[in-house]
Amino acid sequence: MANDTAVAATPGPVFAQRDPDERGYFGPFGGCFVPETLVAPIAELTEAYFRARQDLTFREELTRLLHDYAGRPTPLHEARRFSVDCGGARVVLKREDLAHTGAHKINNALGQALLATRMGKQRIVAETGAGQHGVATATVCALLGLQCEIYMGAEDMRRQALNVFRMELLGGSVHRVDAGSCTLKDAINEAMRDWVTHVHHTHYLLGSVLGPHPYPLMVREFQSVIGQEARAQCLARFGRLPDVVVACVGGGSNALGIFDAFIADSSVRLIGVEAGGDAISPGRHAARFAGGAPGVLQGTHTLVLQDANGNIEPTHSISAGLDYAAVGPEHAWLAAQGRAEYRYASDAEALDAFVTLGKREGILPALESAHALAAVRAIGRDLGREALVLVNLSGRGDKDVQSVERALAAHVHARQEAEA
Amino acid sequence: MNQRIAETFARLRSAPPRGLAAPEQRDGGQRCGLVAFVTAGDPDRARAGRILRAVDAGGADVIEVGVPFSDPLADGPIIQRASERALAAGMTLAATLDVIAEERRAVRAPIVLFTYANPLVRMGLTRFATRAAEAGVDGVLLVDVPLEEAAPFHDVLCAAGLDPICLVSPTTSDDRLRRSARSGRGFLYAISRFGVTGVRDQIAREAQALVRRIREQTTMPVAVGFGLSRPEHVSQVSRWADAAVVGSALVAEVAKHADSPALEARVTAFVRWLRNGNEPTA
Repeated sequence: MANDTAVAATPGPVFAQRDPDERGYFGPFGGCFVPETLVAPIAELTEAYFRARQDLTFREELTRLLHDYAGRPTPLHEARRFSVDCGGARVVLKREDLAHTGAHKINNALGQALLATRMGKQRIVAETGAGQHGVATATVCALLGLQCEIYMGAEDMRRQALNVFRMELLGGSVHRVDAGSCTLKDAINEAMRDWVTHVHHTHYLLGSVLGPHPYPLMVREFQSVIGQEARAQCLARFGRLPDVVVACVGGGSNALGIFDAFIADSSVRLIGVEAGGDAISPGRHAARFAGGAPGVLQGTHTLVLQDANGNIEPTHSISAGLDYAAVGPEHAWLAAQGRAEYRYASDAEALDAFVTLGKREGILPALESAHALAAVRAIGRDLGREALVLVNLSGRGDKDVQSVERALAAHVHARQEAEA
Repeated sequence: MNQRIAETFARLRSAPPRGLAAPEQRDGGQRCGLVAFVTAGDPDRARAGRILRAVDAGGADVIEVGVPFSDPLADGPIIQRASERALAAGMTLAATLDVIAEERRAVRAPIVLFTYANPLVRMGLTRFATRAAEAGVDGVLLVDVPLEEAAPFHDVLCAAGLDPICLVSPTTSDDRLRRSARSGRGFLYAISRFGVTGVRDQIAREAQALVRRIREQTTMPVAVGFGLSRPEHVSQVSRWADAAVVGSALVAEVAKHADSPALEARVTAFVRWLRNGNEPTA
């Protein structure tokens, strides 16, 4: 019974607090732009989700798995030595890297897989970029006995080879995608093609706040547990709310997960950090707020990196998880309303933050999360010592160690060339 | 209501049967129409117009022109590759409209654009509709714009005299079939199977059942597509639909002969073969 008390005392995800309109629009962003064949399965999914989130049994089962299986609540760590690099501002890290499988992705994967089971779907398809969502999906499929098919771009398979093997060890089948830029966007195309072919018995377990309604809502709600915990932890530890909440934004699920609890707290600044790549020029970055225009990609109307003819531009980031041409529609809406701010960090800044956090705190962050940390260094310097900055450390960096090794070697090489 | 599309289907419904299938296999003595799909600008911009003329010369009743797009998530590998080749050759939505404008007088068949939403959104819907109508486009099929999102698109298209063509699929409910028939113009495009575009050996079982359900809801002409690739498929569909759509098989034929000086002749022969069942010859 002690365990039950612990579960009951743990904040869980929140539901039905900030729904988009009934067609899935957050202001002008969102919607459901899918081929006709997917309309009925998506309607079925929406109905099943809306029923499940009102169902106490479903919510209890999810909360229990988040607690007993995923290891929630994740701790809040005050990064005292790292704060020296941030102008002395108090920096606290929400340790999603300590959740089972090493990233926040497990929160959503558990929720959707439970939902799929309720819907009688025995086969799961998913896309993955950095591989963290693929690993989380393969994990929950193993737990619940579901067939697992993961689509991953060839480029991402190369730079995240360790995660490919992890997915296979967990019983997932990883399908290599050679189309387009061979990254996350192309994996999503292929996952949707699979889904439209096997709609009857397949659930598409989308990993971010992207795609057609209800995914942006559903994924944000499953991730909202992050912010619920972090807000309560901040109040308990510091007796006040943070001044700023910072998170990296690829599709934007870890960011919305932590922002959600603070949306109504108008004193709290919300800052999303995109991938600045190596330059803000076409094909060299993934900063949609810096270079995007409204458009429709993969089911949703949002800010999209595209050329003058409406074709999607290739993206670049050192981090596979941020390397995507569109941002979640709710982020576009939060920005349009002025409720959240978006900036970007370059590959080099992220790399530097990755190395710094390791040395200062003994934590290797995911390269994705390192973008948030890079921005925090600048934000902290602006805000000074009184500021309390909450950062979502969305994942751990083990998967990135080889990429970082290569990037640092290239960095050294480039410097030597310049000096010679 | 677009005149060219309406007349085409009226003619098909009144025409005497011909082609491969024996007349006794047909209901009501109508001839099945052939909707032939090519990707604009595949293999390149220079031959885009000549290919439209070649398809027309082969006897296609409607020409569907695919606008190349970087992320064609409803398409199988054959049309994906064609899209990539066209984009690599510099083809765009604007250039597609230019080609159609150049060829409109030379091409008899109605021209329907098959496109994803984003190139139109980027160009601006009103600007697109004006330019498409001026170019002589007859209809527009938006593959990733379902009814729920269709209103702003359809309003602008209809105002410009372009038929919005609705897609329906085996998962479309009867109620949606009715609403698609009301919202769309010209004809309904029935997706014959679960999945993406491509070449298949057989027509999916779901196809005939879908067309039967459509017929119960509307008198609008029906074209059946996705997976059809041979004259047998066309004649089989002719027993219960107004037209058959062949896409990937023709696109594959274009790709196969892309380097041949006889490309246009092969395209014409292939379309004629689809229509009449005669062996394709150069």
